This record gives sequence, C-alpha cells and structure tokens, in this order.
Amino acid sequence: MCVALPGKVIATDGLFGKVDFQGNIVDVNLGIVDAKIGDYVLVHAGCAIEVLKKDKAQEIIDLFQELESMV
Amino acid sequence: MKIVMAHGSGGNATRELIRNLFQKYLSNAYLDKMEDSASLPKSEFSLALTTDTFVVTPLEFPGGDIGKLAVCGTVNDLWMVGAEPQYLTAGFILEEGLDLELLERIVKSLSLAAQEAGIYIVAGDTKVVQGNGGMYINTTGLGFKKFQQLTDGQTVQKNDAIIVSGNLGDHHACIMSQRMEIKNSIQSDCANLGPAVRALLEQGIRVRIMRDITRGGLGTVLNEIAEAKQVTMEIEEESIPVHSEVQSFCDILGLDPLYMANEGKFMCIVAKEDEEKALEILKNTKLGANARIIGHIIDTGRYLVTLKTRLGGRRIIDVLYSEGLPRIC
Amino acid sequence: MNLETIIKKIGDYQGSKLKIMEVCGTHTVTIFKNGIRSFLPSTIELISGPGCPVCVTPPSYIDKAIEWSLKPNCILLTFGDMMKVPGIQKSLSEAKAEGARVEIMYSPQEVLKKARQNPGITYIIASVGFETTIPIYSLLLEQLLENNISNVKFLTALRRIIPALDYICATESEIVAFLAPGHASTILGSNAYQELAAKYHKPFAVAGFEAEHILIAIYDLLRQIETGKYEVHNLYPSVVQPEGNIAALKIINKYFIPDSANWRGIGDIPESGFYLRDEYLKYDAGSRELPAEDKQLNSKCRCGEVIIGKINPEQCPMFGKICTPIKPKGPCMVSTEGTCGIWYRFSQREKK
Repeated sequence: MCVALPGKVIATDGLFGKVDFQGNIVDVNLGIVDAKIGDYVLVHAGCAIEVLKKDKAQEIIDLFQELESMV
Repeated sequence: MKIVMAHGSGGNATRELIRNLFQKYLSNAYLDKMEDSASLPKSEFSLALTTDTFVVTPLEFPGGDIGKLAVCGTVNDLWMVGAEPQYLTAGFILEEGLDLELLERIVKSLSLAAQEAGIYIVAGDTKVVQGNGGMYINTTGLGFKKFQQLTDGQTVQKNDAIIVSGNLGDHHACIMSQRMEIKNSIQSDCANLGPAVRALLEQGIRVRIMRDITRGGLGTVLNEIAEAKQVTMEIEEESIPVHSEVQSFCDILGLDPLYMANEGKFMCIVAKEDEEKALEILKNTKLGANARIIGHIIDTGRYLVTLKTRLGGRRIIDVLYSEGLPRIC
Repeated sequence: MNLETIIKKIGDYQGSKLKIMEVCGTHTVTIFKNGIRSFLPSTIELISGPGCPVCVTPPSYIDKAIEWSLKPNCILLTFGDMMKVPGIQKSLSEAKAEGARVEIMYSPQEVLKKARQNPGITYIIASVGFETTIPIYSLLLEQLLENNISNVKFLTALRRIIPALDYICATESEIVAFLAPGHASTILGSNAYQELAAKYHKPFAVAGFEAEHILIAIYDLLRQIETGKYEVHNLYPSVVQPEGNIAALKIINKYFIPDSANWRGIGDIPESGFYLRDEYLKYDAGSRELPAEDKQLNSKCRCGEVIIGKINPEQCPMFGKICTPIKPKGPCMVSTEGTCGIWYRFSQREKK
C-alpha cells in the first residue's frame, strides 16, 4: 500500500526536518509527528507518519516472546 | 559560450570547434591525418566489434560523466568477449544551447578514459541538432580477441559458480539521486573493467561466460544467460553485494538493486574448481574488493533463475518488467 | 518461540483450505521478494487484496491526468509506478512520448519549490494513496493556503481501506482472515478493524514489512482460526498505536471528505474515497468529474473476483489475451506483483 522507511531525524526547522537513511538525507515534513533530533521516524513519500517506539530488530524479538501469550 | 546551429554547419564554426576542442584532446597519429576514414594495420587476431550509444541526464554526475561512460561502456563490451580493446570511434550529437565549457570537460574526460583503457580514438564526428543543451555520444569499439580460451570449448556446466565483481546498483542510484534531489555520497561505478578481466583470463581461470551488468540489472542478465544456455541458476540473497547506502536509497524509493543499472560491474560464470581462485584474483584488483560468489548452476536443460532468501525461502527471479522508477507502493 | 518453530508450525498446518488476504500492495511485494509462499503448505493461500493505490485507479482517472499533462503551461507530477497504469487509450508513459509534460516525484511537497519558481506553470499532482499518503496532501494544501500559492491542483484518487474491506467481507468471499496493512494502520490505528472483525467474525493481524513480521502474522492468524477467535492483533507496535495517529486523522478530516469511489476492475464502493472539501475546490483538478467509461472495463474485468479469491486469473476471459503485463487492464495485472501479474509470468514460463 505504501513504501515507508524508518530514518533518523538530524535537523528540524519548524514543520520540516532532515532525516538520515544510512547516508541518504531527505527533506521530510514533520507536521503530524512530535519528533525531535535523534528520534527515528517512519517516512512515507516525504512525510513522517510516526515516531518509532523501538527498532525493527527489537520489535521482532519482542513479538516472538509475546506470541505465546497472545492467542 | 554555447553550441549554436552554426557549429554543425560544416563551415568555419565547425572547423573551429574541431580544432579548438576536439583536436586539442583527441590528437593521435590516426586522427591527425584528418582523412575520411582511418586506415588501420593488419591484425594477427580475430576481431570483435561493438557499438553503443550513450544517453544520460545529468551529463556529469559523481563518479563520471557521459564522456567517460561512452568509453568505458564500449571497452567493457569488448572485454566481455575476451577482446582487448584497440580502436574506438566517437560520434557526438550536440544539442543547441550546450555549454561549451561543459563539452570541453566531457571531451577531456573521454580522452583520459581512452588513454587509461589503452585505446586509440581513430575516427570521430559531430552533429548539432535543435534541443535544450543536451548531448549524446555513440562509440564503436574494435578489439583483438587475444584470449581465445574464453570462446573455445567453454560451456556452462552444472555446479559452475556465478561471480559478480562488486556492489550492485551504484550507477542507477547515483543518477536517480541527482534527479530526485536526495543527498548522499553515492558515486557511479562507471569504470573500465579491463584490468579485472585481464587478470582472470591471464591466470587461466576457466571462464564460461562474462556479461557486464548494465541496464536491466543482474536479474535481467542472469535470465538472459539462463535462457540462452538452458540452465537453472540459484543465487543467494545474502551473497549479493549492495552497499548499505545504496540499499537504503532503494528502500526509500521502493527500488530493487537486482534490477538496477551498473556501469562498472560484470558477472561471470566459472568452473567450480576455479571459483575460489577467481574470487581471490578479482578481490586483488582495484575494482573487485567486493566481488562475491553469489550462486551456482544447479541444473542444466531447464531455464530458471531462483533466489534463496535470507530466511531460506525461494522465489523466481524474472527479467525487469517495469521501468525501475520510484514507487509509492 | 522462534522463527524456525513458526516456519515449521505454518508448514505443518493440516486443517482445511484457507485463503488469507494480504490487503496491502507493499505487503504483496514483501511476500513476493522474501519467497514467503515457499514456506506455506498447499492448504494456505495468500490472496493479494486491493491495497495498491496505483493499481486501483480507474482508467478514466489516468485519462484525466493525461488531459492535464497535455494542456499548455501545465505539468503533471506523479509517483513513478503510475507511469505504466493504462488509461482508456494509453498510459502516462505513452502520453509522455507524445509530448505530455510529466515529472516523477518522490514526495508531493516537492511542488512547493517548483510552484514558487515557476508561477506561470500550473502543477497538477496525481494524488493517489490510502490513509498513509493523505496526510502529506493535507499538509501540502495547508502550506499552499498559508503561502498563497495558487498554481497547484490536486487530481485525487484517494482511497479508504476500511470501506473496501467491508465490501470484501460483505461480498460472498472466501477470505477467512486478513493481514492488515502496516503503514495505513499507523494512521488509522489497529482499533479501526475491531468493528469488521466483530461483524464478520474474521481475525485481523496488523503486520510490519520484514519477512519475520509477515510470518509471525500468518502464524497468529492460523492460531486465531484454529481456536475460533476473531480478534485484531497489533503485531507492528513499534509504529502502530491502537488509536492511530490522531494529528494525521485530524488534518485529513479538515481538508477531505469521504464519498463513493470507483475502483479499477471492481466498481463503485460506497464511502471508499476521499475528496477535497467544497471550500478547497479551487485546488481540485476535476477529481469528481471523471468520465463514466470505466463501466466498460469493469463489466469485463474479473479482478474483483480474483481479489476476493473467488476465481483464479485464468478464469477471467481477458487474462493473457487482452490483459497482459505489457498491456495490463485490471489492477491484479497492473501490479507486477499482483495476482494476475505473477500468475501470467510464471504460468507462461511453465508452458515454454
């Protein structure tokens, strides 16, 4: 549905910010997230749609642990 | 100063352009005769001949420009059939409005690339067309087939190894970064593959087939070979070399490095017994530090390319279907 | 629990035949690229849903986009994957070859700079997308209003996923469970599926985009099915909250209003589109005035049935004849990874 990728906020200037994706710097609209420098945000089409609560690898480890109790 | 239609008229402006710019950088014994055709000496080798036309926007990009590209692209095509490049022709189509300083930088770069590849530019041509300041170059290359072992009696066999000479996707990602205004340090891999190929062939590696991985990317090249030779290939996702910055660039735009163009990478299929030696030879060349064995021929008689994924799943690798443009989905 | 166990448990599934829908087009790509199907037993089938915003745009929309791109002093900005989507006569890619002015964008907000630099040009943004993409159009419109920029228009084909899923569930459908879209859920929240799960007794798992995420979600759905549950499980909690992104939902509703929309190969689905509100109509490029010719395609195309898992692609009379990857018609063929696209490429191969 939507290609999106997490990256690190390295600069903010009002509504806009710069997000670093392993060396690729993209201008990103931060209008619908509460993000500060150093946060990881999920970016879709130049728009940060959420601040990451934890990284992907940790999430997967946690999911494996929680899976037993989930159903 | 800009290129105007008069530069292509054949009159004084054309002469001046040739004298002040092309001759300045491309002078050699063949060209300096200024004859209608170049007369070349007889060869003891059989010949390889190839032609390619180069179109790229922007004309200059990190890691190269259209001039360097026009030499390397054709030289690499010669090397892929085991031919040592000897002579090159260059045809320039210039659009009205092209900046003369830019043209000079490109011709200079083309000249340097030719010198480095050990090739003589023996004939050239310039035309001017209406347009928006762009340019195109056609080059034709002639090579001597000094490495007959590449063509004589080599057939792709079961268990043969598939090797790529380095990281994939750099050129495509570099060009697209310029167009999409994404800032990064990705450089085009535009390069002459000669030294790497020569090293493999001179040290007696049984190379079954070589192909430079340009438009269509590795996925397309593998399919072309698998179909032509009727073999089944299996490659491993984790062995495919891609720089993290390029991978991330691809992830932002929904692109797949398997289908992205390169301008200084090749793949070869070598005998299983030679795979480690071939890899070592490549790794010792300037361009081969990231060379990898990415898979093997697992069967013959049936055309299929499969990829073993990171988690052990399998999927079929097909040729490129779309244009390789950034995706939203 | 670890990955090997999950893969084994999925592979060992012995129950009755199951059709699970992955709703999101990017999930379809992830499943394809990671060879997820190779882990599944023949009893579990993944059906690709209607969640590719590019694929479901109707032909009349493409024609409208082409019409704009051929007007003097107009430039159409689009995502790259829209280029080959066919209109009634041709695609944007073909129109470009005939002189249409089309530029590829990564983000719609790129238009701000362009519009300021070239006030004499009208920029038309081919605004497709689900809830994930609508916030950026809203934020952009806010910028246009604040900065008094008037040479930008939105040609919208915006879609809402919940009404589409409701339609699929309400139709006689063989889908027993849903892999809910990860990124749209970031905006909508995992609670958005509660009503559907309860109403239709179907389990939902919101999944991320790593191969592990997908396998975990399939495993979760299997367990829900086996134990007779139909709950919504959020398996992408790093970015998906139960209530979604409130700021995003607020700004979407400020500028856009839901109404019926036409889906390629499927037809009209009530309340499944988002349109600019009346007060912002001067920024609209005629999104509600698309010609009615889509009905022609929709009457022949059976993608609607492919999507709900009712028929396989070869049962469609257009498949492989007038609908191929080179000249696609329906949404399942437009997407390279769509059900028909994959079916065509690999079944042709087998026949060779």
